[in-house]
Amino acid sequence: MDFGLSEDQLMLDETIRSFLADRVPIEQVRKLRDEDCPNDRTIWQSLAELGVAGILVPEAQGGSELSMLDACLVAQALGHSVTPTPFIGSAVMVPIALRELDHPEIAGWLSGIATGEIAFGIAATEAFSVREEAGVHLEGDVLSGKAMMAWDACGADLILLPLGGDQLAVFRGNSAGLEKTKLVTTDTTRCTSELILEKVQPEAILPGASHAISQMLDAGRVALAADSLGACEAMIEQAVAYAKQRKQFDRLIGSFQAVKHMCAEMISELEPARSLVWYAAHSFDALPSEAPLMACHALSHVSEIGHEIASVSTQVHGGIGWTDEHNVHFWFKRIGVARGLLGGPGSLRERAAELQGLAKAS
Amino acid sequence: MDLEYGKRYEDFRQEARSFLERHRPEEGSTAISGSKRKKLVEWLSLQMEHGYWARTIPKEYGGYGAEPDLLETVIMDEEFNRAGMARGMSSQGASMLVPTLLEHGTEEQRKRWIGPTMRGEVMWCQGYSEPGSGSDLASLQTSAREDGDDFLISGQKIWTSTADKSEMIFILVRTEPDAPKHGGISYILLPMDTPGIEVQPLRTMSGDLGDNSFNQVFFTDVRVPQANVVGKRGEGWRIANTTLKHERNSLNANSEGTILKLIRLMERETSNGVSAMANPVFRDRLMKLQARSMAMKFHAMRMLTCSLKGEPPGVAGLITKLRNCQLNFDISSLAIDVMGELGALYDHTQYERDKGYWQSHSFFSLGLIIGGGTAQIQKNIISERGLGLPREPKPAKS
Repeated sequence: MDFGLSEDQLMLDETIRSFLADRVPIEQVRKLRDEDCPNDRTIWQSLAELGVAGILVPEAQGGSELSMLDACLVAQALGHSVTPTPFIGSAVMVPIALRELDHPEIAGWLSGIATGEIAFGIAATEAFSVREEAGVHLEGDVLSGKAMMAWDACGADLILLPLGGDQLAVFRGNSAGLEKTKLVTTDTTRCTSELILEKVQPEAILPGASHAISQMLDAGRVALAADSLGACEAMIEQAVAYAKQRKQFDRLIGSFQAVKHMCAEMISELEPARSLVWYAAHSFDALPSEAPLMACHALSHVSEIGHEIASVSTQVHGGIGWTDEHNVHFWFKRIGVARGLLGGPGSLRERAAELQGLAKAS
Repeated sequence: MDLEYGKRYEDFRQEARSFLERHRPEEGSTAISGSKRKKLVEWLSLQMEHGYWARTIPKEYGGYGAEPDLLETVIMDEEFNRAGMARGMSSQGASMLVPTLLEHGTEEQRKRWIGPTMRGEVMWCQGYSEPGSGSDLASLQTSAREDGDDFLISGQKIWTSTADKSEMIFILVRTEPDAPKHGGISYILLPMDTPGIEVQPLRTMSGDLGDNSFNQVFFTDVRVPQANVVGKRGEGWRIANTTLKHERNSLNANSEGTILKLIRLMERETSNGVSAMANPVFRDRLMKLQARSMAMKFHAMRMLTCSLKGEPPGVAGLITKLRNCQLNFDISSLAIDVMGELGALYDHTQYERDKGYWQSHSFFSLGLIIGGGTAQIQKNIISERGLGLPREPKPAKS
């Protein structure tokens, strides 16, 4: 019985966190928001050299083939440092989907992901929520339609997109007939675009992918929960540090029960959520019958506590926390935008009920 | 991450399971009053003989004498739970006094009290809180004046569970009136039939006067030998703190079973022909609670792993009581809401659901948010000990 991290996992966590503290301090994140796309290819390349990009890629394709829990530790560290990267799409969701499927190009793509030479964008929104009549369809052997809220498409070499039914499509990021429009979101640490496809020639159409698609979404949900968990952790650390340093009424504000109880509430919500995310990640590899339910519960629960922690931590900072000059809003927005991704808490809970036979799937 | 227990422990689980199959729940009595006590003593003695209770207590004090093994404890609890039977008995004697005697008692005190306490032959109540000393327990005023080789105790205790059914009390009293607040307290054992003790029942908001009864206890010149002090005179505060640590550890109630009971209620309960489970608002609240319950379950596994590895859990080890007590209250609140107007029914009246379980559970879990260190005291502990925030400055003495 060992519900915890191994020596190797602790070392991985330490390695990634110290790399990020050194290479992507918050001043760097602030600079990146003024770029066309916040994803910086040189940072991603360095992370790939640390094994981050290929963390879930099979060893046969040059990856390190680690567990979802390892991937979640990386996601958590990236959330903690609000680093803009294509990690959840390119290093988690795409490899999870591709390694389930059979196509002559897949081995090459996976090894490209692992070395960092290939960065994937992903346009998965329409797999669980269609708005504005979006959707991409295969017409003959070309792709046409619209995908909203695609991740990391700006600098993507390849883009993965679930078509209706059980098919996945892969096409080049610079395909003729592909129009990418940047969508500004509150979170400046993520790359979000709309894709309009007009007779785009795909690199591959992958049939029989319904299991791969649901695995991909579950994996993304657990990793996204870990990202928000890391961001929550950082927000609590900053609130506690501020409460130990800021004085009002001749006292450190952290000595007021009103303030210290806010901090106690935040940490008492965070720690069990960490245990839930670890279990969800473990179940993805070891307990497949529980994994879909755990993915829904992990992401919706972290979204709920994250909403509270993001708000309370900002309040502990007082007026300065509401300014752009102070950095705490980067974490607030990272957590806030994650809440709506890959389903959102209301839909995820409904799916959790369906998975247990407590609600009729519509 | 490895959630398997391994063969040795699975064998141990099988032994526990077959023991429980041979001894069905009617023997699993936990009632302590009157004629039911004899059955309880027989049942506890049988568990002790097989090592399912008092397992790690040394043989010379009446225990089974096994080496401490946390996984065995977890497995025993899981199997007894599964069989719907109480393992041992949750009493303040077994859970708080016995660990304290093992740590601080004299050889004579251990030999005399531990065995009979674990067997349920001697029931104890705890005399800590006073009307003027709740969260600020160390301000307690019940006094023990020296009189020859004895003390004479005078004062009043409150929230004294099972005082009306107990043979003995362990009590905190002020023996050194001139010493500083924390340094003047002693921890004393005495029989409840000593002249000068008066017990008055205190009806709680649940109306409950059964086995979970609360009482006030009044002391008027109650004579007790000085030899009944545990540890040294004036060290009672430190000794009580080891006891309180044991109390907090015992408040780690698992809510998984309560969630299952709520799911069954929501599937059964209908209004206008529609089940509560088909109501999306109720269903959403249920799913929120289920995620919180699972988080606490896995958190307990993580804390267990810290204990097994001897790693300090840090702040993560301080939050369990705060979160679990609130969760249990919130679960019963949803159950009462899904019953609509029938949620009001109580005390075995007609149409009551689940034999009134949810109303009792709601009152009881609200009590646990307050008892054993209020939620606010827990938050002080979490933020000061766990996060290193500064203590509230003490107001200047006027």
